[in-house]
Amino acid sequence: MDYFLQQLINGLTLGSIYGLIAIGYTMVYGIIGMINFAHGDLYMVGAFISMIAFMLLAVLGITSVPLALALVLVMAMLFTAVYGWAIERIAYRPLRGSFKLAPLISAIGMSIVLENYVQIAQGARVKPMQPLIQGGFDLSLQPGHHTSLSLLQILIMLLTVGLMAVFSWIITKTPLGRAQRATEQDMTMATLLGVNVDRIISATFIIGACLAAVAGLMVTLYYGVIDFYIGFIAGMKAFTAAVLGGIGSLPGAMLGGLLIGLIEAFWSGYFSIEYKDVATFGILVMVLIFRPTGLLGKPEIEKV
Amino acid sequence: MASRLASKSPAATLVKDSAAAALVAALLALPLLGFRMTDTARGLVLDYRFPLVLWSAGVVFAGRLLFTLAGAAIGRRLAARPPRAAARRWPLSGGRGRALAGWAMVGFALVLPLTPFGDRNLVDKATLLLIYIMLGWGLNIVVGLAGLLDLGYVAFYAVGAYSYALLSQAFGLSFWLCLPIAGLMAATFGMVLGFPVLRLRGDYLAIVTLGFGEIIRVVLLNWQSLTGGPDGVYDIKRPSFFGLPFSAFAPEGHQTFAQFFGLAYSPNQRIYFLYYLILILALATNLFTLRIRRLPIGRAWEALREDEIACRSLGINPTKTKLSAFAIGAMFAGFAGSFFATRQGFISPESFTFIESAIILSIVVLGGMGSQVGIVLAAVLLVGLPEWFRDLQLYRMLAFGGAMVLIMLWRPRGLLAHRDPTILLADHPAPSPADPTAPSEVSP
Amino acid sequence: MSRAPLLAVEHLSMRFGGLLAVNDLSFTAHQREITAIIGPNGAGKTTLFNCLTGFYKPSVGRLTLTPPDGGRFLLERMEGFRITKDAKVARTFQNIRLFSGMSVLENLIVAQHNGLMRASTYSLAGLFGLPRYRQAERRAVEKARYWLDKVGLTDLADGLAGNLPYGSQRRLEIARAMCTDPALLCLDEPAAGLNPRESLELNTLLMDIRRDQGIGILLIEHDMSVVMQISDHVVVLDHGAPLSQGTPEAVRNDPAVIRAYLGAADDEALPPDIAADLAAEGKAAPC
Repeated sequence: MDYFLQQLINGLTLGSIYGLIAIGYTMVYGIIGMINFAHGDLYMVGAFISMIAFMLLAVLGITSVPLALALVLVMAMLFTAVYGWAIERIAYRPLRGSFKLAPLISAIGMSIVLENYVQIAQGARVKPMQPLIQGGFDLSLQPGHHTSLSLLQILIMLLTVGLMAVFSWIITKTPLGRAQRATEQDMTMATLLGVNVDRIISATFIIGACLAAVAGLMVTLYYGVIDFYIGFIAGMKAFTAAVLGGIGSLPGAMLGGLLIGLIEAFWSGYFSIEYKDVATFGILVMVLIFRPTGLLGKPEIEKV
Repeated sequence: MASRLASKSPAATLVKDSAAAALVAALLALPLLGFRMTDTARGLVLDYRFPLVLWSAGVVFAGRLLFTLAGAAIGRRLAARPPRAAARRWPLSGGRGRALAGWAMVGFALVLPLTPFGDRNLVDKATLLLIYIMLGWGLNIVVGLAGLLDLGYVAFYAVGAYSYALLSQAFGLSFWLCLPIAGLMAATFGMVLGFPVLRLRGDYLAIVTLGFGEIIRVVLLNWQSLTGGPDGVYDIKRPSFFGLPFSAFAPEGHQTFAQFFGLAYSPNQRIYFLYYLILILALATNLFTLRIRRLPIGRAWEALREDEIACRSLGINPTKTKLSAFAIGAMFAGFAGSFFATRQGFISPESFTFIESAIILSIVVLGGMGSQVGIVLAAVLLVGLPEWFRDLQLYRMLAFGGAMVLIMLWRPRGLLAHRDPTILLADHPAPSPADPTAPSEVSP
Repeated sequence: MSRAPLLAVEHLSMRFGGLLAVNDLSFTAHQREITAIIGPNGAGKTTLFNCLTGFYKPSVGRLTLTPPDGGRFLLERMEGFRITKDAKVARTFQNIRLFSGMSVLENLIVAQHNGLMRASTYSLAGLFGLPRYRQAERRAVEKARYWLDKVGLTDLADGLAGNLPYGSQRRLEIARAMCTDPALLCLDEPAAGLNPRESLELNTLLMDIRRDQGIGILLIEHDMSVVMQISDHVVVLDHGAPLSQGTPEAVRNDPAVIRAYLGAADDEALPPDIAADLAAEGKAAPC
């Protein structure tokens, strides 16, 4: 039971991170129908910026953990957002409405560029960081077993819930969200009605990049090591999460992320760590076969 | 007054625009170029490299300025010309031109080892290039013709490579026997994967194939007892010339290639043999594609790419049609994989990562979907050129990714996007009125 | 003649969530006849076609096709592509669906896929260029040429289908459907967007097909001049339910039809703006 609980906690933490990245995929897919292959690398960029920001604050002598955390969060979101915006502007916007595969290839190219750029700029070696937030609660149910819920895990889950709340509010209640939904439904019509589609799409990439930056910050804190390659696997899993939840659906992305996190944690815990990715993709394939629209995706009526 | 405004404001906008680009560049460069985490004995230390930030801003400013000016100049010149001439004329754009270019390439490839610069090193690199060309041609069946986005093509390449490696080790089977088996194995994997997922929408297919590619790699990495795990498979049997080995000494009672033909032994012989072997395999792939495009199944693939719903309304079974494209594409990857295994003599999961799939897909799309000659050009550009810059390992991949983006921006449909019809009415003159083959349903 | 009708639609209903797009529709269509399905936008005409051609599975109802050369097919139980392949129902689409990146001739050859596949022994004979396949291909080209001549596109046969003008694309789509050798041809608004001359040519084409091929045609059309001139039987739909059916004459004078089209004082009628549009166009005015 203790072991189960521990895996549950680990899975939810991991799932929160995947979910945040998945939102970026699902939003971009929803609005321009492309797989933003470079999104996983934005998360990696966010992680690097977070670590650099932490080191910079240490140099500047800011030692209060909450303050440092808040500052890093802002910096990471800000600078990663510039990356998200620039990628869309340079590599995707000129290809909008062009041949279907062109943006995808451009995105794969962008992903390769980002990985190698960070590798050149920051070196290929794994970057370690001292744990910043320690402590936690002991939730052991039976003597001799050990179950813990760390402060960091609580923080990650709370931050995710908070961001989700803010985010849902933006999408459902603000003019930006309305314009976004309108663009998603019908880009031409939205333009005719005076929505600045370019700006809305830019905003989508910026929001996605911000969430990826938060995920990057979390992973930096949680694992304490990052390298230039973390974006690929995490990005792939997050995309899987988005598809699992039903691509285009925001709650779906979060749910998909949590499920992928849980599957991974339980599979590693009970079966084998080596094959956890196989399990993830195996389940994805199953879902797609039996419920092709994902868990929360709207069933699609074929337009003939 | 008006003219002064007109002449002044574009310049001002231009500078403002370039300054904005420079600002963005500075913001992009600041966190990742301006600071560097350096490993020292005391752990990670932050270095400062702010001049780099200024440099990138400066370069972007100048670049943006120059490009806009050059673009405007070209635009003016194009506008000045009559529209017919303004349309880009590519030397290879016509069907006949490309066929000619294709034959020239085949001719060049055939004589390459005989030319003075065709030394061992170059031929070896050309062999690698040909592997990618063959993979590109194979994937072209799936992506270019049938329009199925496969992000895990390398998985079938891996299946082919391991099939040969393991079969030849376990049962001592020869390359020539294993080649078809490897192709069949890969095709079977393609069927097994394709059957459940080919009903899905295109993008889902992309993610499932991507996942499948990773699964294969993870399994190869972890199924130690079969695949040797991360260490891979060693001492894979090298190919022989119809039973004549390319070695200095033959086993008892056998002859080597050199002995049989009365030649002096040279290690180059195997290199050249491998080169011609992959050339034949690649050309066979090409020939197959050229032929199948003109058959009903090939036309159905292309029709499916154009409009699946219309295909269904014409009585074409979409699942079966897609599956055949998927399996045949996988088969050629299997062939290429077993060649790869015999060439290297050693394989490991390292060789079958996602980046390989990405490179092959890029070759197909950059070449111009469906264009056989375009694929050769793209392979030379993406694999051949970087191969010469191996020493600049890091910057090589950066340039590779950048080139992918730039080529897409420049020609979104690929380098040679022209498509020739597979059948021409002009080639089928009308029969005489009394011809009995007139359509039978024309009843009075 | 006591033969079963070519197509019998019995109690067809199609429900999307809360929307009943087709409600208990029954009618028959016969060989050598043009049956027109008319009705205001949203009346369920295209949904009916999609049920007939397997794109939707009907919620309730039976769709029986009895081709003249024997056999009996329950369309609602068949997989989409089999409806064309085995039951010989061909269709066109409201928003033309050509293979626009392929040549005009290729479009017509692809339509003969199943026959050519058999002739090429599933590509084997074709790969080795056996004469059997080459003959089959030649026959396919001749059939394509016949239809190209019929629709007046012979000179453009080797150009891209996507480059054809709109009216020619419509005709090509009909030719493509005919190349599948259908027993029943379903046309979804073939006259939409045509100019009067093209519309007239279309009438001739459809009447030729009815006369020469002896097949049944099911026609969705808004253009009343087309409907009234060429159809033998008219089915009027309104809000998914059959409103009236009979000869063009009978339908034209049916008070229920007039009410539905002109939006008389009836809550169930069209919104006034649409009715006004229809009236203004003069297309809907049935008298």
